[in-house]
Amino acid sequence: MRKFLGEFNDWVDHRTGLPTALRTFLYEDIPASSGWHQVFGSVAIFLFLVQTFTGALLAFNYAPTPGDAYNSLRYILTEVTAGRLMRGLHHWGASMMIVVVALHMVQVFLYGAYKKPREATWMVGVVLFLLTLAYGLTGYLLPWDNRAYWGTVVTTRIAAQAPFLGAYLTRLLGGDEAIGVVTFARFFGLHVLLLPPATALLIAIHVYLVRKHGVAPVPGDESLPSKKFYPQQVLKDTIAIFVAFSVLFLMAVMVRVPLEQLADPTDINYIPRPEWYFLFLFQALKFFKGPLEVIGSTVLPGLAVLLLILVPFIDRSAMIKVTRRTFAAAAVVLAMVGWGGLTMAAVITTPKEEAQLAIDYSEPTDWMQLSPEELAGAGYFRAENCASCHPLTGGAGVGPDLTRTATHRTAAWMIQHFKSPAGVRPGSSMPPIQLSDSQLNTLAAFLLKLSPENATALISSPDFELQGAIVYQAQGCGDCHKVNRAGQDVGPSLNGLAKRRTRSWVQEHFADPPKLSPGSIMPPYKFPPRDMDNLLAYLFTLPE
Amino acid sequence: MPDNPPQMSSPGVQQPTRRNFSVAAIYGIWAAMLAALGLPGAAYLLIPSRIRRKNDWVEAGDITQLVPKVPLEVAFRRNRVDGWRVVSEKSTAWLVRLSSNDVVAYSPQCTHLGCAYHWDQRRTEFICPCHNSVFSIDGSVLEGPAPRPLDRFQTKVEGNKLMLGPIQTSSSRTV
Repeated sequence: MRKFLGEFNDWVDHRTGLPTALRTFLYEDIPASSGWHQVFGSVAIFLFLVQTFTGALLAFNYAPTPGDAYNSLRYILTEVTAGRLMRGLHHWGASMMIVVVALHMVQVFLYGAYKKPREATWMVGVVLFLLTLAYGLTGYLLPWDNRAYWGTVVTTRIAAQAPFLGAYLTRLLGGDEAIGVVTFARFFGLHVLLLPPATALLIAIHVYLVRKHGVAPVPGDESLPSKKFYPQQVLKDTIAIFVAFSVLFLMAVMVRVPLEQLADPTDINYIPRPEWYFLFLFQALKFFKGPLEVIGSTVLPGLAVLLLILVPFIDRSAMIKVTRRTFAAAAVVLAMVGWGGLTMAAVITTPKEEAQLAIDYSEPTDWMQLSPEELAGAGYFRAENCASCHPLTGGAGVGPDLTRTATHRTAAWMIQHFKSPAGVRPGSSMPPIQLSDSQLNTLAAFLLKLSPENATALISSPDFELQGAIVYQAQGCGDCHKVNRAGQDVGPSLNGLAKRRTRSWVQEHFADPPKLSPGSIMPPYKFPPRDMDNLLAYLFTLPE
Repeated sequence: MPDNPPQMSSPGVQQPTRRNFSVAAIYGIWAAMLAALGLPGAAYLLIPSRIRRKNDWVEAGDITQLVPKVPLEVAFRRNRVDGWRVVSEKSTAWLVRLSSNDVVAYSPQCTHLGCAYHWDQRRTEFICPCHNSVFSIDGSVLEGPAPRPLDRFQTKVEGNKLMLGPIQTSSSRTV
């Protein structure tokens, strides 16, 4: 067998030369000082491959048009096997790639590895860094949720501010009039057709240049014997890659990537924020007012990039030990403090309460179609802890499976049973439910909607929705208003309220309806703050 | 990957045991990572979606109109779950009253390669124009390359109305 493999190897080598090339590659001499600080480049290449793999798989179930993108992503998240994992890997992989590429640059910068004759290697590296950011920018739009849409609106407007080029950049990005099908197609095309081959090509050039000039030595290396790349350095690279991959995998499994509601250009309550690695730019922009804005949005970032590219020509001194490069270290610390400070400032100034009351659309949202009465019933179902004996998500419980009772019980029977379980079903160990008649009514209304197919989706709504529906129901809002086709037509239907009014308007309206809606016969309402928050959250997430 | 370094005596090469350990660790770690990506990737592509949405029953016609032993092609609209969409599409079925209380509905595609077949009233057989498969009125294969009898819709009768459910292939049907 060994002999056969050897012959096969020789045969391939003779025809292609690949085994010899691989051997030359692996047994490259590297300086004695090589070690753990040089693993970041390999990790970055690995992450690029992970992004390519997960990106291709996502594309297999994704339709790149504004009409379908959101729904196909929801399909990936809620229905496709391992879909959530793939999206998690791709999402967190993008962030991780930014981090690793930045670490790689910092290492090269600190060691002065960009110096003669490695200037071209550095410059190609800076372009690769910019490409990594471009993936983040173009990929941000693709989920086509509110976050994606509004983030891209801001991005294209910033591009439009660029001196001289602004108008052309906007046209290039398809953002001439509004963000729509053209912008989407361009962003998607860039993200999957142009950027990956460009990245692959530049990585090849980058690695070629690294090999051509050899790994950068440090002063003192020349007196020590050189090492081989394989296996010791390869093992270090592999271990670093493994650590990065483990962190990425754990994040993909454990940290949920939310999906917000479908992109809505008419949403007046949305607060757009860019991805974390662009937050510092977003914050920096706040320091420049009026005509100076263009300086913060395009001139300064442009100069920063130029400075980065020109680093090898600015610092042309001879190679010295990393521990003596105090100026370089100071520059890195300064950049980190500046970046960190701006990012922190942006995080702190982001209003919080909105985020806590957001719905995660990467879960089934069938509960949104429930009437207020049914949703309030779901609220009592949760508050009374019914699921501890009647699990709705499959699995055995003490009590019967309630997803199958709707077909053979009536609401009247259920209410009798809630009040006196053993009286209606002798031998039942269920305790009576201590709720008023109207509350029991809503609970029965909810249970009647359950079926084995929809149960999981119907009980998965966030707490504030349930609490909001309970307030709505308790106040009898449905006596005048309609929600999801349930209720009366005296007042306006409340579906799609988020499109028409701001939260503060609605809040004020509760206090004094005729003041804001002249002629309104709605009485004033005064709620405890908690009830008000829940009710508003509920009303503002009603589907159209 | 090559197992032997070109010069065993060069000073940069470590002792064989440490070297063997390194090589084994490299292979092991890469195998684990490829599996951690590859297996979910395969599951993503190959294991069908959890079906949360079901196709509804659709009304196909009045069975009192059916003449025994005379197939009737009926058209109807049905909602089909297509990936992330539910599409409403025109669909057809061949209804046959085999006996007074046995009405069946065949899927309109030949079980060979999916061509549309038709009923030949003179020969009283279903004939597929593509590769000359021939089916009898009860759906069984009489001639040609068709591998199994005609596929049937799941059916139920409500009053006089025939309701069609999902298509069942004869292999999943108890024969």
